[in-house]
Amino acid sequence: MTIDRRQFLKLAGLGGAVVVTGCARNPFVAGAGADEFYFVQLSDTHWGFQGAPNPDAQGTLPKAVAAVNALPVQPDFVVFTGDLTHTTDDPKERRRRLAQFKEIVGGLKAKNVRFMPGEHDGSLDRSEAYQELFGATHYSFDHRGVHFIAVDNVSDPAGKIGEEQLGWLKRDLDAQPKDARIVVLTHRPLFPLYPQWDWATGDGEQALALLQPHANVTVFYGHIHQEHHFRTGHIEHHAAKSLIFPLPAPGSQPRRAPLAWDPAQPYRGLGFREVEAETPAEYKLRELSVVGT
Amino acid sequence: MRILARKFTYQPDEITLKAGEPVVLELTTADVHMGLKCVDLGLRADILPGQATRLRLVPPKPGEFPFFCDVFCGDDHELMSGLIRVVA
Repeated sequence: MTIDRRQFLKLAGLGGAVVVTGCARNPFVAGAGADEFYFVQLSDTHWGFQGAPNPDAQGTLPKAVAAVNALPVQPDFVVFTGDLTHTTDDPKERRRRLAQFKEIVGGLKAKNVRFMPGEHDGSLDRSEAYQELFGATHYSFDHRGVHFIAVDNVSDPAGKIGEEQLGWLKRDLDAQPKDARIVVLTHRPLFPLYPQWDWATGDGEQALALLQPHANVTVFYGHIHQEHHFRTGHIEHHAAKSLIFPLPAPGSQPRRAPLAWDPAQPYRGLGFREVEAETPAEYKLRELSVVGT
Repeated sequence: MRILARKFTYQPDEITLKAGEPVVLELTTADVHMGLKCVDLGLRADILPGQATRLRLVPPKPGEFPFFCDVFCGDDHELMSGLIRVVA
């Protein structure tokens, strides 16, 4: 007897904190050809960081890899939405950190793993080292009826996508039906979440204008080190937790300094998420901790 | 009014201006490409090595207006910020 993942979660009581999100303007059309599957989003691992906000900086990423590997049903793929490593001025050290990160996440059981840079990986050298180890910084792929687009808004140190990539994005979107299921993966928020803390993309409005005519678009991103959900028009934006330290809620304090590590609740505020793509165009998000649900 | 950007500070990091009194901020960097952005006053400038960037400003009203570096410049980039204090 075999059971699918949803049945398993129901039987095992692993519901966790679930957000159901959907943006289908015309779900009966949008669901055509789509399939149900799930992927895992991890973000902002900052490999190489050292400091009081995470006294287990060397152990948190391996714990996250182990937590993903322990999922009862492995995801179709895993995506890291940037800041794989913590920045360094030293190009050799940058490559060393990226290589170490790659080696550690090579331990994931899921072998379909997607990456993109964060500003800590790519803003000091326009992602030169990143590309040596991980390839292109923006790309698209199709998976079981969903068109995924990775957008690079960090290789420009001013946090812009840039005209060239926006042109590529337009061409990529033009090739998609207006009711296609589209998921954008990126690092910074595409919308001006809190520009006072630079939680925005300089030319994000242009990307959103290109996406807006498409009926079924959902964005998953990182950068802000906390779960956050927002809607611009019909486009939903979901920020993921970090795997190094949490940051405060937008504008909740004068500075965007890391929240302190709490020895009584280690790893609080850290985690990753499952994204279950369902039909019609709906996503079920489940937030998981690195130390169990 | 001169402001020098240097990893990862502005010198000075607090300036006091008078509301309604025009001022020119002269921005320079001691090392790499930096930025200065003050969302509340609508200010934004690149600060490039080897040249001064001038920003004209007429502070509209008293208050405290934070600014920050919006060009990623290294490890403590996120902490690089300052404050424009406008008095009556």
